[in-house]
Amino acid sequence: MQAFVPGSEVDGFRLGEVIHIGSMATIYRLTGSDGPLPLVMKIPRLGPGERAVNVIAFEQCRMVLGALPQSPHHPTLVTFGDVETTPYLVMEYIDGVRLDGWVHEAPVGADEIARLGSALALSLHDLHRQGVAHLDLKPTNVLYRTTGEAVLVDFGLAHHGYYPDLLAEELRYPVGNWVYMAPEQVVGIRCDPRSDIYALGAMLYQLATGRLPFGNPETKAQLRQRLYREPIPPRSVFPETPDWLQEIILHCLEIDARNRYASAAEVAFDLANPSQVTLTERASRGRRSKLAMLARRWLRSRNFEPAPCPPASDHTGPAPIILVAIAPGQVEDALFEALQDAARRLIAADDRCRIACVTAVPPAATLGGRRYEETATGRHIKHLVNLRRWAKPLQLAEERVTYHVLESDKPVAALVDYATMNDVDHVLMGGPKAGAPARLFPGVSAQVASLAPCSVTVVRSRAGN
Amino acid sequence: MKLALFADIHSNLEAITTCLSHAKALGADRFAFLGDLVGYGADPVAVLDLIEEHAADGAVVVLGNHDAAALGRPDDTLSSHARLTIVWTQAQLGEKQRAFLAGLPLSVPDDDMEAEDSIRAANTSYIFCGHVHEQKLFYMGADGHPLPFRPVPGTPIPTGKHRQWLAIVGSAGQPRDRNNKACYALADLERSRLTFFRIPYDFALAAHKVRSAGLPERIALRLERGA
Repeated sequence: MQAFVPGSEVDGFRLGEVIHIGSMATIYRLTGSDGPLPLVMKIPRLGPGERAVNVIAFEQCRMVLGALPQSPHHPTLVTFGDVETTPYLVMEYIDGVRLDGWVHEAPVGADEIARLGSALALSLHDLHRQGVAHLDLKPTNVLYRTTGEAVLVDFGLAHHGYYPDLLAEELRYPVGNWVYMAPEQVVGIRCDPRSDIYALGAMLYQLATGRLPFGNPETKAQLRQRLYREPIPPRSVFPETPDWLQEIILHCLEIDARNRYASAAEVAFDLANPSQVTLTERASRGRRSKLAMLARRWLRSRNFEPAPCPPASDHTGPAPIILVAIAPGQVEDALFEALQDAARRLIAADDRCRIACVTAVPPAATLGGRRYEETATGRHIKHLVNLRRWAKPLQLAEERVTYHVLESDKPVAALVDYATMNDVDHVLMGGPKAGAPARLFPGVSAQVASLAPCSVTVVRSRAGN
Repeated sequence: MKLALFADIHSNLEAITTCLSHAKALGADRFAFLGDLVGYGADPVAVLDLIEEHAADGAVVVLGNHDAAALGRPDDTLSSHARLTIVWTQAQLGEKQRAFLAGLPLSVPDDDMEAEDSIRAANTSYIFCGHVHEQKLFYMGADGHPLPFRPVPGTPIPTGKHRQWLAIVGSAGQPRDRNNKACYALADLERSRLTFFRIPYDFALAAHKVRSAGLPERIALRLERGA
């Protein structure tokens, strides 16, 4: 077997310094590469004393990474070696900071957690939309580029819905990192992207409190505790944790995958909009569940039935986020109702969707007018009331609708930025009346339709109404 | 080298010609016809002549149970519909088609063999087969048990030679999974990749021919509905 040391050559690539030694593989910088992309080589740990899963994880990593389109959220696979003779992967070197850097400094401030967490959740959502679940999320597998984007690395245990799962029955023990593993992974389910949402919650917990939600289990029996035990709520560990953050963390860490967020985009949305998080019993939960409750759950956990995996994702991904743009001055006219009708149809089509009601208004003068309604806060509240008035007839559960007043001189840019930042799937907005005179310049709806990163439906009320 | 694999064509000329031209457009240079060339459908003569042309150019062709029945070999496993169409098929075939069928090698006679036995029995990386009409890929896990996978049409699957694979390419001429598109598979042997395809074809014409030939209505409906 070839020895891999810095300076040795593999298939024409010269190995540089070792940058990471994992349990399954070692990663080297490559030196002297001529291309524009700095590269690393990942070589699975093989030979005496190493586990067979290392080579299967190598194959799986090659298959999944090779299938993913280029994206800032994972390293680009450049080439790979033959699995039988010289297994290796050559990938893009990610110049970034690992999440474990922040973990060592935990507890981290809530704003910083929101920033790190929403970037991570957005890159997870990007992955899930390709039909891939990562299934081995941990702070060392998440890097942040200087631009703030999160990059996921190490796809050795990932699951791609379009390819055979080589890890399916290889493993008699739960494979992955036991610290961040979701309950369904403990019993061998490998097809649920919501397992990644659980791991995300576990990392947020660690960032918020400086502690692991379930410690570091060493035996299978300790690992199985998470089939019935909930973690000590973050605020009981670190009282400075805001209630909205506890709400988000415990929502991610629900034992039954069906009770978690339906998509990583929803987690990103809540982290980016703390004031809009609907606080439930989770936010105020004080201590761990009562002993009797725990005993009941323990009994049930012996027959733990994991939630069925959601169907393979389509192009919009799970649980779409729908942005409804309401014009600032819009009152209860025909267009107002036409937008409600259009929203109703979308809600009927997918009962997991979320509605974000947004209005873009010009910034108010800081000092404002003399009367309360003319002050900045007064105007803000007036717009919020109008948004709530619009959404009320839809009779949506509180956690499925949020309200946002964007202050900007450029309503088009504000709406498009908002849709981009929050990974919105669909924009619904009013357009000019049918038969309205042609405009010299495109209106707001026409500009949003051409610039938005997602589908845009322009709703209009019928002429003559 | 790209090997196109077709199975269970069942005298469906529209389906096989559409699949063949699809495969050729993708660069297929070798062809295999994995049994059940005739039975059910209305074009046994044209289908056999087309396959014989490819066989003359080196295509692999194996005999299926319906083909054996068309040669008069008794088969108790066929349904009454199938038997009826075999009798009709026998009347259509000329000396040329019978001679072609009679010269074909037999398929593995034990159709009930489990995937595991099949993979072990053939000491090779790839096994392609037909008879079961739905597309499926079995791959041998390290612990010696084959695992089933339902392929996603059009997605090339890396099938490394260090593992063993058993591919059921699906029925070209008579899909039965509530999807009336024709099935076939394309193996890129150099790059070790296997792609399963579902191809829309003129099923209405195929069904019309079945009805015009006086064959059972059930068979025409199956072409239209894919079930």
